Amino acid sequence: MTWGAEHWVGLGVLAVATFALRLLGPWLAARVGGGARAESTDALLAGLAVAVLAGLVVTQALFDGREAAGWARPLGVVVAGVLVWRRAPFLAVVLAAAATTALLRLLGLP
Amino acid sequence: MRSLNRTPGLANRIRSVDRELLRDVLLVCAADGVVGLSFGAVAVASGAPLWLPVLLSVVVFAGASQFVFVALVTGGSSPLVAALTGTVLNARMVPLGMGVADVVPRSGWRRLLAAHLLTDESAAFTLPRRDPGERRSAFWLTGVLLFVLWNLGVMVGAGLGGTVLASVDPADLGLDAAFPAVLLALLVPALRTRADRRTAVAGAAVAVAAVPVLPVGLPAVAAVLGVLAGRSGARTGRRGEGS
Repeated sequence: MTWGAEHWVGLGVLAVATFALRLLGPWLAARVGGGARAESTDALLAGLAVAVLAGLVVTQALFDGREAAGWARPLGVVVAGVLVWRRAPFLAVVLAAAATTALLRLLGLP
Repeated sequence: MRSLNRTPGLANRIRSVDRELLRDVLLVCAADGVVGLSFGAVAVASGAPLWLPVLLSVVVFAGASQFVFVALVTGGSSPLVAALTGTVLNARMVPLGMGVADVVPRSGWRRLLAAHLLTDESAAFTLPRRDPGERRSAFWLTGVLLFVLWNLGVMVGAGLGGTVLASVDPADLGLDAAFPAVLLALLVPALRTRADRRTAVAGAAVAVAAVPVLPVGLPAVAAVLGVLAGRSGARTGRRGEGS
């Protein structure tokens, strides 16, 4: 590929926009936080991260973009879920998920 | 650890970091490093100049958006379209940043640095901790280690891009299952109240429902609507549970 001026613009836009999004969260939080209702605001802010991480878990587990991710990956995450529920150590949860998925793929499951 | 402890500023920062956290964070960052290897190798193999994946990883530092940017640009798309597609993927940084805003210094260069180190991983490791010092430690430790290992991985991967490494797929190692597993393992201990659990379940449901109708990257942002479910339950369910 040939790298031109418009590519520098694209790279700059992605970098600056991503950094701006990263600064925007703490900036917004400072504007809704504090005051007499600080405690309920803290709970609300923590709830935002809880909701987004939960959304990431399921979308990453089930989808590749808009396509279904197949079987191997969701089953690996299900194994992780069972281990989390049984209060297994973090290391075991993560390694078991990866191993399950890798093994299922080795066996030919998509 | 030992060499870090000799630096007073850092020693202060990681004072309350326990060995278990360090081990868990290292595991996740190592997995990210392998994905970085693959990103660097695939980018170069698909025709990007050697420095592009390396520069992107330093200034953007958000894996999925880097993959998308390089794939679209090397595929002949307009760079601006590639940048906007990548930016949409990073929209989740806003609610995540609101959730861990307490660990971000109020002003100065440390605020800018902390913002740049905000990732799914650094937010997820911060979330289950309640003590302000522990939260700060977890955030900075994850952010710094991830930045170092991710960029190291990308650099090595780009350098070896023409070789066999370009054909190694992180999916063969099951790493695509490891990342949701990481987030799940960190999220569940953070669900202390019934309102938290309601928020998580509703957020997950909204995200899945949004996949067919929203551009890629936004379903996880739409999950913030799950907070409404948590709040509506808060009036009835929260009183008896402390916290």
